Amino acid sequence: MTRIPLRPLARILDARTKGENPDAIERENLRLRHEQMRDKSRGRAQLRLVVLALCFFSAYGLIGARMAMLAGTQPVEPRSASTRNDIEASRADILDRNGRVLATNMLTHALYVQTRDLVDPAHAAQELARIFPDLDAKTLLRRFTDGRSFLWVRRVLSPEQMQQVHEIGDPGLLFGPREMRLYPNGTLAAHVLGGTSFGAEGVASAEVIGTAGIERYEDSRLRDPAQANTPLVTSLDLTVQTTVEEVLQTGMTMMNAKGGAAILMDVNTGEVVSLAALPTFDPNDRPANPVSGDPSDSPLFNRAVQGIYELGSTFKIFAVAQAMELGLVTPDTLVDANAPMRWGKFKINEFEGHNYGPLLSVADVIAKSSNVGTAHIALMIGGERQQTFLRSLGLFDASPVELAEARGAKPLLPKRWADIVTITASYGHGVGGSPMNLAAAYATIANGGIKVTPTLLKRTSPMQGERIISEETSKLSVGMMRRVVTEGTASMGEVPGYFVAGKTGTAEKPKQGGGYDRDRVVNTFACVFPANDPKYVLIVTLDEPTENTGPKPRRTAGWTAVPVAAEVIRRTAPLLGLRPQVEVLAPDEVTAVKP
Amino acid sequence: MRPLLYALSFLAVMALGFWAYRENYTTQDALGEVSQLQNEIADLRDSLTVQRAEWAYLNRPDRLRDLATINFDRLGLLPMAPEQFGSAAQIAFPPPPLSPSLDITGAQSVAGVLNADPEEASTP
Repeated sequence: MTRIPLRPLARILDARTKGENPDAIERENLRLRHEQMRDKSRGRAQLRLVVLALCFFSAYGLIGARMAMLAGTQPVEPRSASTRNDIEASRADILDRNGRVLATNMLTHALYVQTRDLVDPAHAAQELARIFPDLDAKTLLRRFTDGRSFLWVRRVLSPEQMQQVHEIGDPGLLFGPREMRLYPNGTLAAHVLGGTSFGAEGVASAEVIGTAGIERYEDSRLRDPAQANTPLVTSLDLTVQTTVEEVLQTGMTMMNAKGGAAILMDVNTGEVVSLAALPTFDPNDRPANPVSGDPSDSPLFNRAVQGIYELGSTFKIFAVAQAMELGLVTPDTLVDANAPMRWGKFKINEFEGHNYGPLLSVADVIAKSSNVGTAHIALMIGGERQQTFLRSLGLFDASPVELAEARGAKPLLPKRWADIVTITASYGHGVGGSPMNLAAAYATIANGGIKVTPTLLKRTSPMQGERIISEETSKLSVGMMRRVVTEGTASMGEVPGYFVAGKTGTAEKPKQGGGYDRDRVVNTFACVFPANDPKYVLIVTLDEPTENTGPKPRRTAGWTAVPVAAEVIRRTAPLLGLRPQVEVLAPDEVTAVKP
Repeated sequence: MRPLLYALSFLAVMALGFWAYRENYTTQDALGEVSQLQNEIADLRDSLTVQRAEWAYLNRPDRLRDLATINFDRLGLLPMAPEQFGSAAQIAFPPPPLSPSLDITGAQSVAGVLNADPEEASTP
């Protein structure tokens, strides 16, 4: 760039000749130069402003465009986040104590119809009726064409049925995925498992809710999404359960009983290893609740938990155990057993009018099952202490076992505990309980005196319980029950090698109009084995059994429930890992070791 | 110097653009693969549930009992009984192995020709 001098010599000289001030020329030139410089810098500043404005404009434009884009698109979950689809099953499985499946889920489909999309409703109705014989083509067609837009046809489909429906090829027939509860073992442990049904139903899924048994009791636990992958482990043993049900079914048929129940419980932990109630049902296809008749005649009735019966002589051991605990008697103490006994206007008889008196040792009272002897022992104890003791054994409250039905099954108790109640309760009349109550009480007596809380869930920690009776009393009580089997009313209960100790009980059923029915009895055998170190308690109850091999029908527990219980022990004890023991005989002249 | 810098930065922008373009498509491919794998996992889980149910169904005690009855002549299975418990003392010790090296002293060779006629054999 050419720089114009501020004082060009030619003009200066020219001005000097004319007598003008040459400084004016310099000032003029300086002014012009300054103007030029100002124009240039203004132009540059303007350009910068424009560039900056452009930058801001595009930046804001970009942000705005992105916002518009975000607002305009469908929201999607970030696909790369994680593989969080491990919550597949909506309901946890139920397993037995060894991990075998008792209840699980299966994916099936439900069939529904969008009637507006049906191409040929008549054909669809006809074909559906052909696939599902229980549907009627005419009714279906009427429902397809009466103006509704949506209807359910089937709740669950088998894959074959689904394929057949596909083959109809009507776009109005649609499938919704369904999680179905499956009990692969059929009727096995049906009364424990209960059953499920569908709750709120949607097209995409349906709620599965427990309707009975452990499914209902543990419903919130089973449905908890956080624990859906942790199966519920029960205390049942599938193999033992099968055996118990099989033997009980056979026994029920042989003894002509209309129902039966068996509970096998671990005496130390209170875990129910087997709970059988007959007649039974298939939880996969649970029958509807009965609306008429006696609810106890329904197969849904769980005799082991809901069956509140007077348990009869099985109660006698409680009176004797308490009397020994209080120090009132020892097994050898002689008590008055002179029958019949009179108490006010009441008369207490022995079975079939026997008289075991006048005096009988406490051990014989149990072995011979003397009502009068027990009554006298109960009177020694007194009503107040008797009630406290029976309550502490859990016989006055509904069983805390994890079944929905158990809460409703409260034992039957008289309103006022008069002396006559003290007497009758001591031999199991006038008070009623469920076999489950009895099992827990026997377990408490047999395990050394620690209170047992029955449970259907596998325990992971040792059971805590308060002490009810001393170990000494427990041992003596079991010893007395052992005598019932070796020389008393339950002689058929002997199983070689397992030292069964138990107590029989026969109670007549109350009549509709009051009083008792002699021909309708409930027979119970409550036993523990092996007697030298009790491990398990078994309760077998038969409802209205008769044993008809003799000249007249026999209805005592010794003839009905006891042989069934013996067979149960013979079959299940090896499965429980109990090795038969050889009874050590007292040393005699031949076997005694020389001193 | 300056034009070279311009050219280099332009090339760098081009290269980055190309890289970003490729990364974008690799990411989308990976996402597609992830969702495909997730579907596969879900399917496998479903079939696992079904197979576990089927396993439990095939092993239900009723069926096993029937199978044991049908195949009784081959398997000879009976319900477990208390008599079947044994103790270690009831098991016999294994028989001692036959010794391969017997001590033989004063052995005599018996090799030779055996004649059929005993008369002939006795004559020296």
